[in-house]
Amino acid sequence: MSQQYFSWGRYPNVKQTKSVVVDRYTDMPTCEDSVLPYGNGRSYGDSCLNEGGVLVGTEYLNHFIAFDVETGILRCESGVLLSDILALIVPQGWFLPVTPGTKFVSVGGAIANDVHGKNHHCAGTFGCHVRCFELLRSDGQRLLCSPEENVEYFKATIAGLGLTGMITWAELQMRRVPNAAVNVENIKYGNISEFFQLSADSDKDYEYTVAWVDCLATGRNLGRGHFMRGNHAPSQAGCPSHSERKFNVFLDPPISLINKTSLRAFNTVYYHRQLVRSKHSIAHHDSFFYPLDSIHNWNRIYGPKGFLQYQCVIPLNASPDAIAEMLRSIARMGTGSFLLVLKVFGDVESPGYLSFPRSGATLALDFPYQGELTRRLFSQLDDIVDQANGAIYPAKDAHMSAVGFKQYYPNWTKLAELKDPNVSSSFWRRVTGEQ
Amino acid sequence: MKRVLIIGATSAIAEAVAQRYAKKGEKLFLVGRNQQKLDTMVDDLKVRGAHLVDSSAVDLTDCGAHEAVIEEAKRALGEIDIVLIAHGTLGDQKQCELSYQDTLKEFQTNALSVISLLTLLANDMEQRRSGVLAVISSVAGDRGRQSNYIYGATKATVSVFLQGLRNRLSPSNVQVLTIKPGFVDTPMTADIPNKGALWATPGDIADGIIQSIDKKRNVVYLPWFWWGIMTIIKLVPEAIFKRLKL
Ligand SMILES: Cc1cc2nc3c(=O)[nH]c(=O)nc-3n(C[C@H](O)[C@H](O)[C@H](O)COP(=O)(O)OP(=O)(O)OC[C@H]3O[C@@H](n4cnc5c(N)ncnc54)[C@H](O)[C@@H]3O)c2cc1C
Ligand SMILES: NC(=O)c1ccc[n+]([C@@H]2O[C@H](COP(=O)([O-])OP(=O)(O)OC[C@H]3O[C@@H](n4cnc5c(N)ncnc54)[C@H](OP(=O)(O)O)[C@@H]3O)[C@@H](O)[C@H]2O)c1
Repeated sequence: MSQQYFSWGRYPNVKQTKSVVVDRYTDMPTCEDSVLPYGNGRSYGDSCLNEGGVLVGTEYLNHFIAFDVETGILRCESGVLLSDILALIVPQGWFLPVTPGTKFVSVGGAIANDVHGKNHHCAGTFGCHVRCFELLRSDGQRLLCSPEENVEYFKATIAGLGLTGMITWAELQMRRVPNAAVNVENIKYGNISEFFQLSADSDKDYEYTVAWVDCLATGRNLGRGHFMRGNHAPSQAGCPSHSERKFNVFLDPPISLINKTSLRAFNTVYYHRQLVRSKHSIAHHDSFFYPLDSIHNWNRIYGPKGFLQYQCVIPLNASPDAIAEMLRSIARMGTGSFLLVLKVFGDVESPGYLSFPRSGATLALDFPYQGELTRRLFSQLDDIVDQANGAIYPAKDAHMSAVGFKQYYPNWTKLAELKDPNVSSSFWRRVTGEQ
Repeated sequence: MKRVLIIGATSAIAEAVAQRYAKKGEKLFLVGRNQQKLDTMVDDLKVRGAHLVDSSAVDLTDCGAHEAVIEEAKRALGEIDIVLIAHGTLGDQKQCELSYQDTLKEFQTNALSVISLLTLLANDMEQRRSGVLAVISSVAGDRGRQSNYIYGATKATVSVFLQGLRNRLSPSNVQVLTIKPGFVDTPMTADIPNKGALWATPGDIADGIIQSIDKKRNVVYLPWFWWGIMTIIKLVPEAIFKRLKL
C-alpha cells in the first residue's frame, strides 16, 4: 500500500510504502527494501519513518493475552495502545507504571523509545517495567527477551528505535493505585531558579512533577511558568467527571496558526490565568496526563510544513545556566511553542542501552518548521546541549547530527551489532551514515 | 446477559463488535477458519471481560459443517440471542471475469454459505419466536459496477435474501438486520492506496452495528452518509450509468 505516512510532526515528508502483519504468528514481510516496525506514528521526527523502504504496521496486533488482577501483570500484543490498557485496568484499580503525554501510543512504540512520564524521578522509564517480550527478527527467528534470557537483545530493544526487529508481544508490570484521579497542586512561579527550587522541594513527596514554561518571558521573568505536582488521590476522594467529547482539527490550514502574535497572546493569558500562587484540585487522569488528547489531530494546526520538537536533557549541575541560555535563544527568535515543558529526571537506571532519560533537567518544545530559521536556532541549542554534556531525544528528532548522536549514545555500537540487517529507518541512516 | 454467536469472527469488523460485547460481559461463541487467530481472540475477549468465550474453526464454504457448528455454539451458549455473520472475501474481479469457477467460489463464500447458515438459524429462531440475525452485506450490492460486480452480485444476493427473510420472520418477532458498510479500513482493503475521508474504522462500524441491533433496525448504511451516496447512485438512469467508469 503506497500512501503517505507521517510522523506526528508531519515533518519530514518522505515516500515509503506500508504493509501490515495480520497476526503475531506471521513473519515480517520479506522484501528487497528495508522494513521498519510502525506503532501509532506518535514520534515526531524521522525515527518512525523509512524513506524508500517499508513500514510494517502493528495495528492488528491489538490483542490482550492475559491480565492478572491480583499481581497487575499484563501480557499483550505490541500494537495495543496505552489508551486500551487504561480502559481495561483503571476500573480494576490499576494504572500504567509510566505514561507519556499522550495515551495514543502503542506498547511496541513505548518500549522502542523507552518513553518517560511525569514520574520519571520515582519510576524511571517505561522499559523499567517491562518483564519480557518476544522479538521477531526478519529471518523469522523469535527471541524471548527478558533480564534473564537474551539479555543483550532485551537491552538493545528497549530504546532500540525498532531496529532490532519487531516486538510481537510484551509482558508489563502495572501499578496499583487507590484512585486513577490525581490530587494536583498548581503553583505559579516567577523565574527559572524558582523552578529548580520547587522541583528539588517536590520530588520526594510528589510522584508527578512537571512545569509549563512561558517561552516568551525574558529578563527577570525568564523561565516563569506553572509548576504542577501531584499524587494519585486517595480512594475515598471519588473521581471527577470527564467528558469524552473531542474536538477534531479535520482540515489542514494553509499556513501555520502558530505565529508570534498567537503565541504571545496565548502565553501571556495562560501564565496569568491563575491569580493566586497556588491552587489545589483533583484532576481526572485524562485531563492531568493527556491534556492534548482531547483535540484530535492537533498537530495539523502547524500547517502543511509541519513542526519540530526539540527535547534535550542537561545534567543537573549545568542545567540552570544552560536552560536559561536556551530560553533566551528561544525568546529572541519569538516563534517558540505553546508547550514548553520542563522537568527534572531522576537517576533510576533503564535497562535500555540507548535510553534517553538520565539524571538532569529535560526541556521539550515545539516549533513550526521555518526552514533556515529553525535550523539556525536548533544549531544554537545543540551547541548549548553539547557544551553542557547533555543529550537529545531521538523520538522527537529530525535534526541531530551524526557526531551528536554518537556522543549522546556511546552504546550505539551495541545497537549496531544487534540490529536486524533488514531493518532500518530514516533516522538510523541519518545518524550513522549507513545505507 | 446476551448470548452472541459471531460467524466470520476473525474479520476486523466482527472482532471490533466482539470486543464491545466482551466489555459488556456477554457470552460469546466465535466461528472462523483459523484456529490460531480464534485462540488469540478468545484470550483477548476473556481479558476484556466476556462472561464466556468459546470458538470453533471451520471453513465456512463447507456448508455440510454448518449444522454441527451451530449445535456446538448452542451447547456452549445455552441458547443464541444474537448472530452476526461477517465472513467474506473481496475477490479478484478481473480473475472472476475470466473464470466461472472463480466466480462460483466468490458466491460460495459470500452468498451461498450465508444462505445455508441463515436457513438453519432462521428456522430455529422462528420456532423460538425470538432472536437477532445481523448480517454484513455491502453498499456494493446496491448497484452493479464494472469494477466489482461479482462481489456486488454476491452481496446483492444476500441483501435480497435478507429482505425476504425479514418479511417472513416479522410476525415471529425475529429481527433481521442488513448491514451495508461503505469503505472500511481492514485487512480486506489493505491494498487499496490513498484512503480518503470516506473511509471508516472497524470500530466505527462496530458501534453502528451494536446500536442498530439495540434499536431493532432493519437496514443500515454505515457510516450513515452512505445512505445518501447510494440513494444518488441508484437514481442515475441506466442509460447514463452504463457509460460511467465506475
Ligand atoms: C502529544 C505527545 C506527547 C508525548 N509525550 C511524551 C512524553 O511525555 N514522554 C516520552 O517519552 N515521549 C512522549 N511522546 C513521544 C511518544 O511517546 C513516543 O514517540 C512513542 O514511542 C510513540 O509510540 P508509537 O506507538 O506512536 O510509535 P511510532 O512513533 O510509530 O514508532 C516509534 C518507534 O517505535 C518503533 N516501534 C513501534 N512498534 C514497534 C514494535 N512492535 N516493535 C519494535 N519497534 C517498534 C518504531 O520503529 C519507531 O522507532 C509524546 C508524543 C506526543 C504526540
Ligand atoms: N472492508 C470493507 O471496506 C467492507 C465494505 C463493505 C462490506 N464489507 C464486508 O464486511 C465483512 C467483514 O470484512 P472485513 O472488512 O472485516 O475484512 P476481513 O478482516 O478481511 O474479514 C474477512 C473475514 O472473512 C473470513 N473468511 C473468508 N473466507 C472464509 C471462509 N471460507 N471460511 C471462514 N472464514 C472466511 C476471513 O478469515 P481469515 O481471517 O481466516 O482470513 C476474515 O476473517 C465482509 O463480509 C465484507 O464483505 C467490508
